[in-house]
Amino acid sequence: MADVEDVNKPLFAGLSDVSIAEDIPVEGDIAVPVRSQSGDDEISTLDEPVKDTILRDLKAVGQKFVHVLYPKKSSALLRDWDLWGPLLLCVTLALMLQGGSADSKDDGGPQFAEVFVIVWFGSIIITLNSKLLGGTISFFQSLCVLGYCILPLTVAMLVCRLVLLGSMGVGGFIIRLVVVTASFGWSTFASTAFLADSQPPNRKALVVYPVFLFYFVISWMILTFSPSH
Amino acid sequence: MSASEGTKNTNTEPWGGFDDNIILQGSGSAVIDMENMDDTSGSSFEDMGEMHQRMKEEEEVAAEAAATDEDTGEDGEFLGMKGLKGQLGRQVADEVWQAGKRQASKAFNLYANIDILRPYFDVEPIQVRNRLIESMIPLRMIAFPQKIAGELYGPMMLVFTLVAILLHGMKTSGTVIREGTLMGTAIGTCFGYWLGTSSFIYFLAYLCNAQITMLQMLSLLGYGLFGHCVVLFITYNVHFHSLFYILWLVIGGLSTLRMVAVLISRTVGQTPRLILCGTLAALHMLFLLYLHFAYHKIVEGILDTLEGPNVPPIQRVARDLPNLASVVVNATVKSVAAIVHSQ
Repeated sequence: MADVEDVNKPLFAGLSDVSIAEDIPVEGDIAVPVRSQSGDDEISTLDEPVKDTILRDLKAVGQKFVHVLYPKKSSALLRDWDLWGPLLLCVTLALMLQGGSADSKDDGGPQFAEVFVIVWFGSIIITLNSKLLGGTISFFQSLCVLGYCILPLTVAMLVCRLVLLGSMGVGGFIIRLVVVTASFGWSTFASTAFLADSQPPNRKALVVYPVFLFYFVISWMILTFSPSH
Repeated sequence: MSASEGTKNTNTEPWGGFDDNIILQGSGSAVIDMENMDDTSGSSFEDMGEMHQRMKEEEEVAAEAAATDEDTGEDGEFLGMKGLKGQLGRQVADEVWQAGKRQASKAFNLYANIDILRPYFDVEPIQVRNRLIESMIPLRMIAFPQKIAGELYGPMMLVFTLVAILLHGMKTSGTVIREGTLMGTAIGTCFGYWLGTSSFIYFLAYLCNAQITMLQMLSLLGYGLFGHCVVLFITYNVHFHSLFYILWLVIGGLSTLRMVAVLISRTVGQTPRLILCGTLAALHMLFLLYLHFAYHKIVEGILDTLEGPNVPPIQRVARDLPNLASVVVNATVKSVAAIVHSQ
């Protein structure tokens, strides 16, 4: 019995004093992003005006919007995720799509709840799919990225409404088609740029396909939207 | 769960046994070694931290045992005090440890549930592509069972694609659904067909003694939906009835034939084959027919998209089944009454 301990002891004792020889160069990124972020927050959030707090959060959301519109390699969207931006975008999109056929009798137009459910359940399904395929991204990070990447489509919706205010007809439809197609491509490209790194390299196509489908459905809803009369 | 019970026992037991034994035998170290052997024998699943912690505890025990061994002869009261104190401290530590472990195992279970499904999603893009193509190529090779890949990524994605296409068809056809949303109906229809038909055919296959598992059935039928996706995507956008019938027969027929061929190769006997394959082929082809005609766009509706909604197109009305049964019953009763009256 004593020799069992003798065998085990050096095994665990060795764990505590792992030393690295001086001549081996140690490489790697040892910055812990969470620590630095919480360090900023800890300064004085208690006695600062509410306005400052809200403005700071809004600024963070705005910065992420910029990241989506200009999707370069950046981990800001992944590092400190939040769901405020997605909520904001989703509600805006749903409200703008809502006016479609609110006063007409049939409820064939997209409704607030429908848009809301499509956006959130769609992102949850995409996230689960990427987890099942072996992605190394956390659940909420993926939700955050997918939510923020709706931004181009929300902008397209805004443009569509403006176009619909002005002209009706084939010209207006072509403008809408071009805008929606461009923003659809943009959304897919941006979310792929953020999400692709966390996936095994040989399976990117499998992860991108549901993302493509998700944004395609949303952009198709935007394209076929027509305001009430 | 057995692991946690095991550690619970090992954490609580030594103390009870220890206090008894120390008084009876006087040599604590032998007793502890016995316990130690008990511990290590059943701990194949313990992680490092837990083992480390337990070893540390055992060291403490050994040290204390040595200390108390020296004291026993001199002072009995001192031993009692020290034992009580240590017991209390350990009880608290034990409780904290257990609570932490419970939470950790809960979080672990959540991930484990995802891991259960992971093997079914273990595919490469090229495999999915090949299977999609293969789903349209019926193999006339019924001498030995054909292989079916038990995989769910392709079927899931095909079902979601079908949902999206169906949604498109419903929207453009102006389908109105009472007490429900288009989204819910589309999802319900597609998943209902996929799961429902798979279960039904699996049940039939069980009755007919066909060699197929539920997973294989889901995969087979899921890939069979690829033909549906293609046909519906084309015919919801290009409106020719003759085109639909041709596509229905060619593409839908090919994907159905593929499934039938696979099922035939895995069934023995003429009658079981006929029952199984007849049911599957009928269900599959009729489902495509239903999806097309139930949510087909009326051609006049194109104007709606192009020229704005000012001209209301011919709208579909919500489907209301007339109360057929009562009408029939009433008519029968009336006619019977008339006959009786005339006689």
